[in-house]
Amino acid sequence: MNASSTHLTEQCIPIMSDIDVIEARGAARALATRVGFTGVDPTLIASAVSEIARNIVEYAGPGEIILSVVWNHLSMGLQVVARDQGPGIADVSSVMRGVRTTSRGLGRGLRGSQRLMDEFRVESSLGQGTTITMRKWLP
Amino acid sequence: MRVPILKQGDYVIASIQSALTDDDLLQLRDGLAAHVGRYRSKGVIVDVTVLDVMDSFATRTVRDLAQMVRLRGAKTVIVGIQPEVAFAMVQLGLDLGDIATALDLEEALELLRNECK
Repeated sequence: MNASSTHLTEQCIPIMSDIDVIEARGAARALATRVGFTGVDPTLIASAVSEIARNIVEYAGPGEIILSVVWNHLSMGLQVVARDQGPGIADVSSVMRGVRTTSRGLGRGLRGSQRLMDEFRVESSLGQGTTITMRKWLP
Repeated sequence: MRVPILKQGDYVIASIQSALTDDDLLQLRDGLAAHVGRYRSKGVIVDVTVLDVMDSFATRTVRDLAQMVRLRGAKTVIVGIQPEVAFAMVQLGLDLGDIATALDLEEALELLRNECK
């Protein structure tokens, strides 16, 4: 991911239950619209946030989702960081390739969210939790 | 947020009014399955027009709902999936299987009338 400066509008939503999933995707949609995303984009961002927030609730809760506005030299965008202290993912790359799946579809949610966003990064280690950072840039 | 379930002749119409929690969705699923038995309904219409996101859980629950309703002898039609929501669902790799869908209530009723003759 490119270096970029963040801030001003940083929002942190604690994720503990399914109600927080709704809260998080609502906040993501609102911020996306404020940043200037139009058309289908706010829905794509809200859907990606819904999936990764749901992963936290189902596999790794509690956790948090941090929304912020980011810039690079070309454009402005929205960054979503999802962080938990859950069990972690043993082999991120096989989950992302779809080699390893889980009964309820952790990998599918991650791969789907990746398709909805422009940048997507998973950092995870067993017993330490998982941090997902994803960004979408204004077209 | 409970979803109101209306009976209209042989059909049952559930009109979702706002974003639903997982519990709301499960209640809707179970409520509709019970309704079909109680009123001998032939068809179930679920209006999702107001939903601005259908994620994996919502999609799975709607699929289960339709399957339960089918096992109870009725048919389900999902109405009003917004174009952006449809786009996001495709990108997420989610689908509703062979559940009937319609653009609006009128079309859904028409579909059920033709199917349930």
